[in-house]
Parts: sequence; structure tokens; C-alpha cells
Amino acid sequence: MQIVGNAQGSAFAERAGEKFGQTTDQLETLQINVGLKCNLSCKHCHVQAGPTRTESMGREVMQACLDVIDAYGFTTLDITGGAPEMNPHLEWLLVEAAQRDITVMLRCNLVILSFPEYAHFAELYARHGVQIVASLPHYVQKNSEAQRGSGTYAPGIEILQKLNSLGYGEGDGLVLNLVYNPGGAFLPSSQDQLEREYKKRLHDQFGIGFDNLFAITNNPLGRFAEALAAKGTLQAYRDKLAAAFNPATLPAMMCRNQLSVDHEGLCYDCDFNQAAQQPCLDGRTIFDYRDAALAAASGDMPGLRRRINFGDHCFACCAGSGSSCGGATAGE
Amino acid sequence: MTTYYNCVDLGKFASMGEEAPELWDAYMNYYGKVFEDGALTAREKSLIALAVAAAVQCPYCIDAYTTGGLEKGITEEEMTEAIHVANAIRGGASLVHGVQMKNIVKNLEL
Repeated sequence: MQIVGNAQGSAFAERAGEKFGQTTDQLETLQINVGLKCNLSCKHCHVQAGPTRTESMGREVMQACLDVIDAYGFTTLDITGGAPEMNPHLEWLLVEAAQRDITVMLRCNLVILSFPEYAHFAELYARHGVQIVASLPHYVQKNSEAQRGSGTYAPGIEILQKLNSLGYGEGDGLVLNLVYNPGGAFLPSSQDQLEREYKKRLHDQFGIGFDNLFAITNNPLGRFAEALAAKGTLQAYRDKLAAAFNPATLPAMMCRNQLSVDHEGLCYDCDFNQAAQQPCLDGRTIFDYRDAALAAASGDMPGLRRRINFGDHCFACCAGSGSSCGGATAGE
Repeated sequence: MTTYYNCVDLGKFASMGEEAPELWDAYMNYYGKVFEDGALTAREKSLIALAVAAAVQCPYCIDAYTTGGLEKGITEEEMTEAIHVANAIRGGASLVHGVQMKNIVKNLEL
């Protein structure tokens, strides 16, 4: 694949400057996209996941990811998709990952767990202490379904209640975090304020509890970009993101502390760069990382620091309070 | 200039500080404090602001507080109700002034 992007050439790269154009020396998170197949086709989905997608990570790539975690000391495995549950090797991956002293988090659309063939994953997650990051774009049905499709709200609520019954979201170890996405071409406001509102509404109406809300800015890529383009608001949204650039978000950009792997094993700085088809500038795969570790003498491991392949979509992570797969990145 | 109102003018609001920076700074400091969480939440204040914006018919403020409302997770349903509050008070204000009319009628007619 031809490497797209230019770390020096984008307007964002100029704003970010040299200091933040590289990762840290030791990376914490290995984020893996295990496939683009999904039971939903959300309007804001930057990777354009859906029922007709066939991309799926095989066990060989998963094993290499685990080997790299072991060799380089990654402390978090962040599993995303698509609906990760639709990858036939997910259960194997979770069992293998649970044998390691790492945090395992999985991005779940909730609705998938309402189907009988996938329902067992809820107990599996609980048994292995998997942190769940669940998408619920709004606490109001109309707003949530405007993004995720009609008929998605009620099963999502039922699954949240089930997760609560399994011990999730009650502050005693099983972590349940929710994700808010704006329902259009606007930025998320205060994450703290949104979290308060979510907690009150979901508790009062459904008795649901959760740990944290992550407010994630929609990135103008994939299906979301297509939707904006169809309305003629794509450029205005890009301009809005650039105008809201906040330098205070730069130190905590998620790309500085992670490596992102696609279903074939190719490495990226983040999942948004996967959507932009903009791999890491060094063009390495997860197999390259694994082989380099195997070849290295003990105690002489190759470093992980790399230059980041910025594009102008990166403004989405640095607008306002900032945005990452873990929500806002700048204090309020 | 072909129209009195232009949406890009909202972005030029700060130019009102050019000839009177102290007044502008004092106003903006006050403005920022007003909209912080207090006895009322920032969310509630945003809805009040939208209702007032509709009442005073300020297109810039309606733009700002509709966008700001969406950013805060406020729904279209909630914003619509806020506008109805403004409308009810605005309409009621006209109607209650009818009492003045009635007082005058009562005073003048035999």
C-alpha cells in the first residue's frame, strides 16, 4: 500500500510543531481493529463498518499482537471494530489476553449482545474483567437512533441493565464507560457536564449506572464525512475544527502513546488514520515489530518512538477540550 | 453591504472591543461568569439564553445558543419548549397590557 500523508506537510502538523510530532518512548496502548463487520451502520462511523463488510483479523495477526504486547511492555489492549464480537477469534483473543497482566478494553455497540449468538460475550467480558467502552450517542432515544438507526435504543438499554446486573458500572472493578458522539456537525461540550446529565437521566429513567462518559468528537472521515458532504457542510465542519484548535490538547493526543493495528497487521498511529488509509510513516506491520523483538538481544530492545503521520483530520482530536478514544484530553 | 444581518458577523463580535477594550473586557468577564455552573447549571442557563435570544429576535444569539445547546447534548425537543416559554411570556405580556386598555375604557366610558 502506498503511504498517504505527510507529517510535515499538513496544516495540522504545522500547528502541532516538532515537539509533539513524535510518540513517547514507551507506548502504553496497543489498539487493534479486529474487523469492519458490524450489525449497525452508524452515521458517524469513520471506518464505515456495517453488515456487508468482510474485513476480519485472523488469529495469526492476533498472536503477533499478543507477542508484541509481551515483548515491548504494552499495558493496555484496546479492541475495536466493527463489532468485535463478529470476529470468530475474539473469544480466543480474550482468553489469551486475560492471562497477561494488562488492561483489556473492548469497544462494544451493546446491540450486538442482544442477539442470541453473541449474548454469551457479556458473561465472558465479566469473567475476564474486560473493560467495556459502550457507544450510546445520546440518552434520548430519538437522538441516539438518529445516529445508530431505528430499533437500536431499547436493546442497548437492556444490555446496559444486564451489564449492571453482572457487576459492571458499579465502581467495584468491572468498568463500564459510555461514549457520547455529537449528532451532527458540532463539537461536544463539557465532558463533565454531559456525564452528569447522562448519569442522572439513565439512572432516573432506567436505573442504569456507569463509570465514565467519553465525549468523542466526530472525525470528518468515512461515513460521517459522506453525510456532511451530502448536506454541503463538510468544509464548514473542517473549518470549525481548525478554528477550535487548542494547543493544550497536544501532549495527550492518543497517537503519542499508542500503536494501532488493522485487520491485516499493518500499523497506524490511530484508528482515524486507518480510516484515512494513512499508515505509520515507517510502513511497519505488527509482524515487523514482533520480528525485531525476536531478533534483538535480551535487554537491547528496539525503541518504539516514531514520527506521527499527521493529516488535517487530526484537528478533530485537538479541537476544544480535545478528543481521543478515552474522551476529552484537556482539563476543563 | 447588501444586508443588515450576515452570519459571519458573529465571528467579528470581538471587534466591539477595539475602541473600548476596558468595557469589552469587563463585559466578557461578566459574560463568562454568568454562564458558569452556579445555582443553575450551565445547561439550564443555555436554554434560558436561547429563549431570551428568540424573544429579543437576535439571529446571532439564536445561532450561538442553538449550536451551544446541541454541544451540551440538549435536544431539539427541549429547545423547542424553551422557545415556547419565550413565546408564552412574550404573548402574555401583550395580552396583560390589555388590562391597561380596559382600565382606560372603564375610565372614559360612561
